[in-house]
Amino acid sequence: MSSHQISVTINGEQHTREVEARLLLVHFIREELGLTGTHIGCDTTSCGACTVLLNGVPAKSCTVFAVAADGAEVTTVEGLGNGGLHPVQRGFTEKHGLQCGFCTPGMMLTSKALLDENPDPSEADIRWGISGNLCRCTGYVNIVKAVQRASELMKENSDG
Amino acid sequence: MIPPSFDYHAPDTLEEASRLLLANPEAKLLAGGHSLIPMMRFRLAEPAALVDLRKIPGLSGIREDGGSLRIGAMTRESELEKSDLVQSRYPLLADTTRVIADPVVRNLATVGGNVAHADPGNDHPAAMLAYRASFVAAGPSGQRTIAASDFFTGPFSTSLEEGEILTEIRIPEAGPGSGGAYRKFERKVGDYAVAAVAVQLQLDGGRISGAGVALTNVGLTAIQAGAAEAALVGSDGGDAALDAAAEAAAAAADPTDDHRGSADYKRAVVRVLTHRAASSALTRAREAS
Amino acid sequence: MAECRGLGHSVQRKEDARFIRGQGRYIDDIKLPGMLYLDIARSPYAHAKITRIHEDTAMAVDGVAAVITGKTLEGFKLAWMPTLMSDQQMVLPVDTVKYQAQEVAAIVATSRYAAADGAAALEVDYDPLPVVVDPHEALKPGATKVRDDKDSNHIFHWEHGDADGTEAALAGCDTVVEQKMHLPRIHVASIETCGCVASWNPVEGHLTLYLTTQAPHAIRTVVALVTAHLGLAEHKIRVISPDIGGGFGGKVPVYPGYVLATAASVVTGKPVKWIEDRSENLSADSFARDYHITATLGSKNGKVTALKLDTVADHGYSDAAANPSKFPAGLYHIATGSYDLENAHVSVDGVYTNKPPGGIAYRCSFRVTEAVHAIERMVDLLARENGEDPADFRLRNFIKPEQFPYQSALGWEYDSGNYGAALEKAMDMIGYQDLRAEQAEKRARGQLMGIGISSFTEIVGAGPSKTFDILGIKMFDSAEIRIHPTGKAIARFGTKSQGQGHETTYAQIIAEELGIPPEDIQVEEGDTDTAPYGLGTYASRSTPTAGAAASIASRKIREKARKIAAHLLEADEADLVWEQGKFHVKGSPDRAKTIQDIAFAAYTNHPQGMEAGLEAISYYDPPNLTFPFGSYICCVDIDRGTGQVKIRRFVAVDDCGVRINPMIVDGQIHGGLTMGIAPALLEEISYDADGNITGGNLMEYLVPTAMETPHWELGETVTPSPHHPIGAKGVGESATVGAPPAVVNAVVDALWHLGVRHMEIPMTPARVWNVLNEHGAAATR
Repeated sequence: MSSHQISVTINGEQHTREVEARLLLVHFIREELGLTGTHIGCDTTSCGACTVLLNGVPAKSCTVFAVAADGAEVTTVEGLGNGGLHPVQRGFTEKHGLQCGFCTPGMMLTSKALLDENPDPSEADIRWGISGNLCRCTGYVNIVKAVQRASELMKENSDG
Repeated sequence: MIPPSFDYHAPDTLEEASRLLLANPEAKLLAGGHSLIPMMRFRLAEPAALVDLRKIPGLSGIREDGGSLRIGAMTRESELEKSDLVQSRYPLLADTTRVIADPVVRNLATVGGNVAHADPGNDHPAAMLAYRASFVAAGPSGQRTIAASDFFTGPFSTSLEEGEILTEIRIPEAGPGSGGAYRKFERKVGDYAVAAVAVQLQLDGGRISGAGVALTNVGLTAIQAGAAEAALVGSDGGDAALDAAAEAAAAAADPTDDHRGSADYKRAVVRVLTHRAASSALTRAREAS
Repeated sequence: MAECRGLGHSVQRKEDARFIRGQGRYIDDIKLPGMLYLDIARSPYAHAKITRIHEDTAMAVDGVAAVITGKTLEGFKLAWMPTLMSDQQMVLPVDTVKYQAQEVAAIVATSRYAAADGAAALEVDYDPLPVVVDPHEALKPGATKVRDDKDSNHIFHWEHGDADGTEAALAGCDTVVEQKMHLPRIHVASIETCGCVASWNPVEGHLTLYLTTQAPHAIRTVVALVTAHLGLAEHKIRVISPDIGGGFGGKVPVYPGYVLATAASVVTGKPVKWIEDRSENLSADSFARDYHITATLGSKNGKVTALKLDTVADHGYSDAAANPSKFPAGLYHIATGSYDLENAHVSVDGVYTNKPPGGIAYRCSFRVTEAVHAIERMVDLLARENGEDPADFRLRNFIKPEQFPYQSALGWEYDSGNYGAALEKAMDMIGYQDLRAEQAEKRARGQLMGIGISSFTEIVGAGPSKTFDILGIKMFDSAEIRIHPTGKAIARFGTKSQGQGHETTYAQIIAEELGIPPEDIQVEEGDTDTAPYGLGTYASRSTPTAGAAASIASRKIREKARKIAAHLLEADEADLVWEQGKFHVKGSPDRAKTIQDIAFAAYTNHPQGMEAGLEAISYYDPPNLTFPFGSYICCVDIDRGTGQVKIRRFVAVDDCGVRINPMIVDGQIHGGLTMGIAPALLEEISYDADGNITGGNLMEYLVPTAMETPHWELGETVTPSPHHPIGAKGVGESATVGAPPAVVNAVVDALWHLGVRHMEIPMTPARVWNVLNEHGAAATR
């Protein structure tokens, strides 16, 4: 039943809170900090709706205890654009990579990390990379196109 | 699905972790948490305390040393996926890592957790049996090395003793003429295997001089298929030998009927995958000669 | 003038701006001051008598504020609630549970975690009772009776068509095929589960219900009807459907959790939130399908002549299907499909079993998927039996373009269609003849490849109010448009988007009609205090009904605008010509007033005697349903070693009439196709003999990822609906309806030479391998 003081940097801002050991990171983000862009879709690490970047890599925040994220840097969808819009966000809009929007934050964060590692992914790379995130609406075709579009935009940005 | 309450510890040393485990018989180790936390959310596991290994230095990393590939128990699956060393020299391990859960889960899931959780559906145990890997454990009475073949004692149980912690996995260093493959058949990405087969081969002058064959999710533990290994050793890796090995592996499997299929079906899948894995392992071993 | 981007433009979606920033507002994002949390304790048994609920065991948990049981609700006469199909279901059981995971008690606590602890701590004593899970067994004399208040497990017998004529026609056929098929239970598994926040204000006697609902207005009326005896009246109930994370029919029903949260809010005087978790969602929410069909189809001289479907429908312990009142089997009688046949008869017997109640759509218009599966499988079989290629056989037997409007043997009037054109286009796109040649070569080498066709006809847009109602409420839908003085607009609708893009699509319809650009039009839905009454979004009805209402309301505004323009231009109304966005005087294009000019005048300079303002409302009652159609061709390869079916290519040619936003239409088809192959290959909710669910989480309920989903190839034909104001038909569900039989037909095609004539779904690797093994075709390598 222990509780612990933790300090987590979320979207560049440090938050210190006393939390129960069992508090899941996703609930810390949503309930304690009120950042509701991170969603919950299952209990089995299957859907990826809760995906955030934990120290830069996509992680399913429903399967991390907040206490174990003490000292970590977390990026949620709210911090993705850093004020403006990230190319991934633009790609998802331009290519209609979202419908109901519920899987979208997790899907975009996974896509961002994928592009950070592989700036020019093939369709197969993208499908593989997002296979830990379920979408029930889009049939994935337009998500693939959205990530490809984001890749183009990122290249334009770095060329410019 | 909310986990039950527990006491949380994040010790800085293995000694302290070991002491905490001994002091709390109902405690469990927390590594990547991707097997344990879902079980806790369903309240299928209700540990009174968790001992988190994340602060203990030296439990993570991949390197070749002393004739072994040494993998720290807290190494994330994704680190294996991204390791040039693993990708270029340890194809069986590379294959295995790539089919564990899904890409996001692999960012946190650890190799040590996959091994020590000893779920018969986990993928690393069979790969480790085929590799003839050994596991380093640290505990109250110091450090010891356990052969993979002695490690998996039952579903979710291992030969680790009270207070012992898996710290490192050692795989015999890849030499010329070695190659392996892991073939997993799953219903979709993220699923446990219907069946999977790990094959590690050593070629010597065109003949197979050493073979490891092990099976995932077709028994109470990962199964080392000794007769399949015997069928391969000494052969030139022709179809007859591969067929014989596949048949022997199917016979070694001990599956049950469930929603993934009948026992007969799973045995048939083992047969097919053994052939395919051995064939791929052979190609790779030849390339490495 | 600036392009107004009405019909036919791939306008980027207005709703995306908030979704891509994580600023959508879904049910679990709503947090009210002092809010309590509700969790539900559920039955481990499929059938059991509850001998005692030890409420104290939950009350002892820190933070638990209340435990609500069936007995609590009985005091308010709320232990049971009516279903849409004139049956009733329990909110909480007073003495007996009827399926595993049924709600047993509600625990209300100060936090989500405490509520979960309370639910886990609650001890309940049960006496297990015998269980019946197979509907055929349930119909046998002496079977365990599921419902204490009914005489038997037989819920209803419904039939439609000419039974004698069909039997006679079948007897006269030279070729008859018969096939049994089961469409198993599946679940929509929207990524957002269901939930609500109920907020009761005891001072004002007012209830606000935030709810994951596809039909907020209907829900408000239902709540008013079932709580009238408690003094709650409809004007004191506000239902708000916030952003919805996928619906697919799963958010049409009223679930016990909604009622419990409401009761808990009344009992505690505080807002109460209930969010179901994924296991609850899969194991207790409404299922889809579960039809056991015996189909017979006959032809004479190669012409399809007669169809007969006899059906056993497993409804679980209550008939809680989400169908229009007069249609206990939904629109199943669209089953003659795309074919010109004169005799048909369908029958359905509904049965109680110890399973969760339901009967919802899974992205389909009231059982159309079951109908399409049956006819498309049977046409394939009949083609083969006639020794003809399934494509040729279809092309010969289709209803011809000149036969529309077409009167079907089961009583529907199809609005428009050109089925041959769609199939021929699909055949061209996939290279049908080349694939057949490749298949022959591969078969000679022992490889298994199959090509399957599905040429479906849908029936959507319910509906004409003379036949379609829900609990007596006619199935019209509505639009209310107000043009502001500066020429911007707000439009509100009785429907509710769950991802379909209504905020964009409706704005485009209005843009087309009035020339106001979509970005100048605010679209709102889902708040019963502000939106006009409508029946909601499901069954692909939004564009056919509310979309039509948007057109009609816009045209009413245009007529008033004409009067104002005549006044402004000092011209005769009859001399004014409308072109998108403005009126000009005939012969003098420069003498013109834009809609924006006119809107300003409507508030500042309107003619004497005319009321100020520029707004209109339309409650649109469609004269008929719409009948979207299409032809899909699927090409599969089968691994003889593992039984795995791999979709190599899938071409989908859809005809949904006029396309409003082609980008959104394509997106709907992509998603629909994915939810079409899922039940064909992966998804099923099944039960063991004791009624235990196998598949109650996303580890076991296999929703496809990007890896299992093929790259969809889309084509289109456009055959406008003659009765819809803009010729649109609706598209959200076509692909889910049409795709499954294409996959099945492809797999059967791959195995035909082995003697295989049918495959049940889902065609799991294990199931396919068993068939291969039985036919001596399983490989060992």
